[in-house]
Amino acid sequence: MKRFAQLLELLALTPSRNRKLEALVDYFRATPDPDRGLALAVLTGALTFKNVKPALLKETVLREVDPHLFALSYDYVGDLGETIALIWPHHAKSHELPSLAELIELFNTTSKKDLPDLIASLLTSAEINERWALVKLATGGLRIGLSARLTKTALAQMGGKDVQAVEEVWHGISSPYQELFDWLEDKAEAPQVDPASRFHPLMLSNPVDEAKDLETLDPADFAAEWKWDGIRVQLVMGADGVSLFSRTGDDIGGAFPDIVESVFGRAVLDGELLVGEGFDPAPFNDLQQRLNRKTPTGPMLVKHPAFIRAYDMLFDGDEDIRALPWTERRKMLEAWFARNPQQRIDLSQIVPFADWQELAGIRKRGADENGHEGVMLKRRQSVYVPGRPKGEWYKWKRDPNIVDAVLMYAQRGHGKRSSYYSDYTFGAWLDGELVPIGKAYFGFTDEELRQLDKWIRGNTTGSFGPVREVRKQLVFEVAFDSAQKSGRHKSGVALRFPRISRIRWDKPADEAAQLDEVLALIPAT
Amino acid sequence: MPQQILDSQLHIRSIDSYIDPATPRERAIITHGHADHARSGHGSVLATPDTIAIMKARYGEDCAGKFQPLDFGEALAIDDVTITFYPAGHILGSAQVLIEQAGQRVVVTGDYKRLPDRTSQEFELVKCDLLVTEATFGLPVFQHPPAERETARLLASVAGNPERAHLIGAYSLGKAQRVIGLLRDAGHDAPIYLHGAMIRLCELYQERGIALGDLGHATEASKADLAGQVVIAPPSALKDRWSRRLPDPVLAMASGWMSVKQRARQRGVELPLVISDHCDWNELLQTIAETEAETVWVTHGREDALVYYCRQQGLAAEPLNIQGFEDEGGEDAA
Repeated sequence: MKRFAQLLELLALTPSRNRKLEALVDYFRATPDPDRGLALAVLTGALTFKNVKPALLKETVLREVDPHLFALSYDYVGDLGETIALIWPHHAKSHELPSLAELIELFNTTSKKDLPDLIASLLTSAEINERWALVKLATGGLRIGLSARLTKTALAQMGGKDVQAVEEVWHGISSPYQELFDWLEDKAEAPQVDPASRFHPLMLSNPVDEAKDLETLDPADFAAEWKWDGIRVQLVMGADGVSLFSRTGDDIGGAFPDIVESVFGRAVLDGELLVGEGFDPAPFNDLQQRLNRKTPTGPMLVKHPAFIRAYDMLFDGDEDIRALPWTERRKMLEAWFARNPQQRIDLSQIVPFADWQELAGIRKRGADENGHEGVMLKRRQSVYVPGRPKGEWYKWKRDPNIVDAVLMYAQRGHGKRSSYYSDYTFGAWLDGELVPIGKAYFGFTDEELRQLDKWIRGNTTGSFGPVREVRKQLVFEVAFDSAQKSGRHKSGVALRFPRISRIRWDKPADEAAQLDEVLALIPAT
Repeated sequence: MPQQILDSQLHIRSIDSYIDPATPRERAIITHGHADHARSGHGSVLATPDTIAIMKARYGEDCAGKFQPLDFGEALAIDDVTITFYPAGHILGSAQVLIEQAGQRVVVTGDYKRLPDRTSQEFELVKCDLLVTEATFGLPVFQHPPAERETARLLASVAGNPERAHLIGAYSLGKAQRVIGLLRDAGHDAPIYLHGAMIRLCELYQERGIALGDLGHATEASKADLAGQVVIAPPSALKDRWSRRLPDPVLAMASGWMSVKQRARQRGVELPLVISDHCDWNELLQTIAETEAETVWVTHGREDALVYYCRQQGLAAEPLNIQGFEDEGGEDAA
């Protein structure tokens, strides 16, 4: 555990990518199995515990620490794990912790009733940095600025392999990764992974640069589809069953049994996860309620049934068709769908257009009348490659809506911004009172953040726990993709992707938007 | 009532004197030489001889109308008020102020710490009725480790990176000299290289009997000379062009804030050293208990938590929101 704690600290504090790589390679070389494989699982977020959760740690700490003092501390530190590690009041004279493997075993086998005592004794035995690592381990969410890609690069470097080769086997192997390390150390062949049964990194699009791209791109080379407002998923229907992956390769099938249990056939599909009756997509907010839960409740399944709107196919049965052009894949997708008609999958329709001007008109009408986020453009000849290749796929988003809103509340940020008031709630006017319409925490520069932080500290009129209420004087120009009807907000509206596009230091607050103007932006359907 | 001796602006009413005033006053009592406590332009200044020397070195000989030195432990009677300084352990010359009037005792701690530090006079506990305490680290997340442990971590990193310099951000007055002293006590006798801003103050410490060993000017050394060496600069120079003269420096910072890793990351600090010139949470609680004060005023930092704690203990406690003491923006000095 000592070495692992040192590694985590170094990864958290070293800005240099090369030094992080070096530290990872050193650690993987010097640490025996299964500790290094378990560490890998922790670093890539692949390890979760059934009963050891942030709430359990907090509960354990609150047996020893006054809740109000804990709340003040958490507000100051901005990171739950770090707050727990720093505030723990009991420190043993000598520091003996179990190995990583023993710890994980303890977390998995200790009964729920005994866990608080176990956690307490571990926290007391740990030295300060180990305590921090221990809490990070137990709560997940390391937040140490380490990407999965960098970890895989380190593995490739350790074994003298290509990082792409590591990516290829990655989603077919699991903790503690014995076969991976055997392969990297040339003690065994590469792990055998059935390619039709695992996650494949997604192909992503680039935004259209209207000033440049539309002049150079030939509309005849591209097919258009609506850009759906759900989340990107990959549905893998392999020999061993069905898995549903998020765009980062997390298996989210557990949250969507209605999909996983109803689909049939063999294929790997790329599509959008949406909720709604009869393939009619509901606002993103409804999907969000499903995404918030690891397993859905019965009423939720009825109220917000999920479906997939498929737009591409990577494997047709066991056949890898990624090297075929999009036109071919699309034909095969349509044919597969005709053979396997589904209750929870439909196809994303192609939107015909003759030239960019016509498509611009379609895009605008779609945004105004149906609330579409924009259109996707796919080069008809594009093969399916992971990552974000240039010139192949484009997203052409609708022009953002803009509204001038008044800053009402501010909250401290987390992670890197934890000492700054960086989360803002803003509102619009209704009968002379402000009603909150949304929250934003990006869109401004670091320098603007410092100015805002200072303004907030100087204009605070009240505070409720971590939230500061401020003088209703500062206007933000808020950009957002669309306005959606919401029963969960007092204002009756939810904004998609709100961000601060400008700080209007100059604008009087009473000239900011009326709530009516915002409600008018909700599309009729 | 002790509250009538002193008001919430640290103004001693009957002798019209202010403790560490933020604006020029006719009569000022200065606890120590840090810029947010010692300002220039007062009519007369009552302080320890070390603090007076520091003020003159930083602001010039005539930075106050007149100086009146008062040694630790010597009682000075003015009308019916008696003033006595006791060591605060914060930096060289730092004092707590004991004010006695009509049988009541008030202590203003100024900034203080209780961990040992050979570059400062050792903290002495003073019993009182009203305690005015600082709360820079007034949250239970602040539990400072022994400074020797942090020094050992620094030296291990120096030994492990012989090709890199170690650049330590440390406040020029107090922290820099403390870090040098800690390194010397840990057996590090190589030259320690300084940023120009701290040379005068290190000389002053040495003149006043604090041994700091062999010190060099960072700007006069070649890049190659600085490999494997320790360089100390004000925190603001860490990310400045100034640091480009150093060979691939490991950025370190000596401050009580460095216990919070997210703070270290924000500052781009690779090697955070939790070396503080202030009490941590437990030392604050210990001091409040040991002074046996029945009333506690809390200033200078995170007052909320300490006031809450005191009230839970049945003490009368109030936050003082005195303008001019550094808020979070000034974390460097701590």
